[in-house]
Amino acid sequence: MAADVDRLYWFIVGVTAFFAILVCVLVVYFAVRYRTQDPLKVGSPITGSIPLELAWSVIPFLISVVIFAWAAQVFFDLSRPPDQTLEIYATGKRWMWKFQHLDGKAEINELHVPLGRPVKVTFTSEDVLHSLFFPSFRVKADAIPGRYSTVWFNATKTGEWHIFCAEYCGTRHSGMIGTVTVMEPAAYQAWLSGAGGGGTLASRGERLFSELACNTCHLGDGSGRGPSLFNKFGTQEQLANGSVVNVDESYVRESILTPQMKVVAGYQPVMPTFQGLLNEESVMALIEYVKSLQSSTGGTATTNATGAPAAAPAQEKR
Amino acid sequence: MEMTLAAPRVDYLNVRHTVASWLLTKDHKRIGIMYLVVVTIAFFVGGLFASLIRLELATPAGDLVSSDTYNKLFTMHGVAMVFFVLIPAVPAILGNFVLPLMLGAKDVAFPKINLLSWYVFVIGFLFTLYAMITGGVDTGWTFYTPYSSRASSTNVMMTGIGVFITGFSSILTGLNFMVTIHRMRAPGLTWFRLPLFVWAIYSTSLVQVLGTPVIAITVLALAVERGLGFGIFDPALGGDPVLFQHLFWFYSHPAVYIMILPPMGAISEVLACFSRKNIFGYSFVAFSSLAIAIFGFLVWAHHLFVAGISVYSALVFSFLTYAVAIPSAVKTFNWTATLYKGAIWLKAPMIWALAFLGLFLVGGLTGLFTAALGVDVHIHDTYFVVAHFHFIMVGGAIMGYFAGLHYWWPKMTGRMYSDIWAKVAAIIVFAGFNLTFGPQFILGYLGMPRRYHMYPEEFQVLNVLSSAGASILAVGYVLVAIYLIASLFNGEEAGDNPWHATGLEWTTQSPPLPHNFETQPVVTEGAYEYSKREIKVV
Repeated sequence: MAADVDRLYWFIVGVTAFFAILVCVLVVYFAVRYRTQDPLKVGSPITGSIPLELAWSVIPFLISVVIFAWAAQVFFDLSRPPDQTLEIYATGKRWMWKFQHLDGKAEINELHVPLGRPVKVTFTSEDVLHSLFFPSFRVKADAIPGRYSTVWFNATKTGEWHIFCAEYCGTRHSGMIGTVTVMEPAAYQAWLSGAGGGGTLASRGERLFSELACNTCHLGDGSGRGPSLFNKFGTQEQLANGSVVNVDESYVRESILTPQMKVVAGYQPVMPTFQGLLNEESVMALIEYVKSLQSSTGGTATTNATGAPAAAPAQEKR
Repeated sequence: MEMTLAAPRVDYLNVRHTVASWLLTKDHKRIGIMYLVVVTIAFFVGGLFASLIRLELATPAGDLVSSDTYNKLFTMHGVAMVFFVLIPAVPAILGNFVLPLMLGAKDVAFPKINLLSWYVFVIGFLFTLYAMITGGVDTGWTFYTPYSSRASSTNVMMTGIGVFITGFSSILTGLNFMVTIHRMRAPGLTWFRLPLFVWAIYSTSLVQVLGTPVIAITVLALAVERGLGFGIFDPALGGDPVLFQHLFWFYSHPAVYIMILPPMGAISEVLACFSRKNIFGYSFVAFSSLAIAIFGFLVWAHHLFVAGISVYSALVFSFLTYAVAIPSAVKTFNWTATLYKGAIWLKAPMIWALAFLGLFLVGGLTGLFTAALGVDVHIHDTYFVVAHFHFIMVGGAIMGYFAGLHYWWPKMTGRMYSDIWAKVAAIIVFAGFNLTFGPQFILGYLGMPRRYHMYPEEFQVLNVLSSAGASILAVGYVLVAIYLIASLFNGEEAGDNPWHATGLEWTTQSPPLPHNFETQPVVTEGAYEYSKREIKVV
């Protein structure tokens, strides 16, 4: 992906350098060629040329359209992660980045990722705006409190690269930086199975799910006061107000923190709000748990029974 | 008012000398001069902040000032330069001075409102200065929420009030100029005989009148949230932080055209005069100003490509941004073609204008990078963007302002400055500017974010180059101040039309009469009919 951005970048460098040099050469040439010391001398009575002006309106426009279309293509690729990604959650807060791996491992201002595997980072901010910027991978997105943003990349070289906060966030904005370490897959696996963790993110979410008594209403068979969350993630949900919503990270988050906003059709708005009771990491754990409730591997599992299936490949090692 | 060459001539400067005669003046020329004084102060205040920023960035560590101080420096640099230099410089100084003269009018349509504009501007400036002196403000000139509404403990309110008040000055001036251009043109001065500077001022006024209320609303909403705790932008209060960015840029992107259109107009005047030619494609250039003013309102969200807007709206805004680039490209090509077969007289204003062409060209072309979605994701909020907009705002707007100031200085003061020093200064500024901001493109592409107090060591070489360039730039600007002020005391008498220029402003004396013209001028031809003089065609 970074290579695609660079290819486009250098194409624009070429185009703009051509026009910059063209105009500069013409300006200097004319200024020298038609130079005079005599203030009474006058220039030739040219007033314009419609064909020429049309030409230098249309040609730049066509070139612009090419750049626009190419850049839009790259942008679409940057905006749409592939299906099979390694998922990582992150939170920006003044002035640090906290990264949360699905297997439970958390890092601050450091991120370890494997070489050659698409990585998707889903993140938000706990306070003001930040922007998660991986210059080596040519991606960034603002971290916006109350919303999830994503960036994805596919590292093609091992080594250590910068992580920057690119949106001004106060005193130590320039200290809100970190390092992303790209490792050979084997080394990454070894690193992953090292110390740290404390259960997968989904299992932490499952624990919260019962601690907060979510499981008393969100029964697996749909007979509870709340809808079953089983097989819900990634589908569409019919709401009480008639509209349809995609069940993604943002919707699950919203449903936890402000449950009255988008009530599922056929249910009463009886769920209490968890605004202020959960930090961003807990919300992410709950989301990851909801995500893990997929039937493909879960067999007869109900929502409040056995936890996460194979969403996190490393979990079996724990 | 008798006018004999023997007697000392009465002009707008010597007609009265008291302080009250200045502070209560309704003369557009005096008001222009009063803007010149205030804007120059603001320019040096903003320049001082810039110097401290570049000094701090000469080393990777944050060793000159604290992070909080640094954050205030770049914020106050932006606030001073944007609201108190770039926006008023050409319209309020040069526009005030020459617009009525160009139209063959005695004054603007509403002279008292014109004076009111100046007072409103000064009051806004004083509020802002007070905010700076009593602790400063650290939100960035963009005031992004929720940092500005919730987190910052600096003088956000006071600065906001300053900006809010100043906006009314801009609105009043814009209204005044529009009415003046509609109603006060001399007999025979049809729309297509207007100097292109007037077209540029007209287009700018349109943006000032339509756009500025939006920043007033935005600042007000920010104040309501910060002061009263109403949830508008802060998600913790149920607001939407990205809404602020939409509102802010709905004004602040068109404001870029408030800053650049009038200097573009000044450049058209200077290039035509010193090429002794018609501007190539007058109507294309005139209408491109209007097109930029109108399309400029439709591109604001290109500042939000990584702020979580939908990919489809990003697509639309990217495309519209390329559309608005075309009129600027047309202008640049037309200016270049104007030089072709001209009789090019390389006096100081022309050197400044040619420097403008080179720098504006780079500024405009690098906009093609930031408008390109896939590339902007990487360079957004990096030094690439810093370099890009400084090429437009300093390389373009300030160079254009200086070209215009050097062009009309003899008319404004009746004195001629040192041509050679003015050329030297133009070259120093051009060189210093490129050295300051050229390396920043590379820094940005390498990933250095903007608004960074400290940075990784690998960026130091380019930062040192940039800081070195800034010191050269500073020398250039100080030099301009020195020879312009010196010209007031020992400059040669300029004469009524030292450049042998067309245009009604050159038909009256220098400095002009208090009421501009002895008799009502009548216009019989287009703005730049140099070649009709039939003296010596090349």
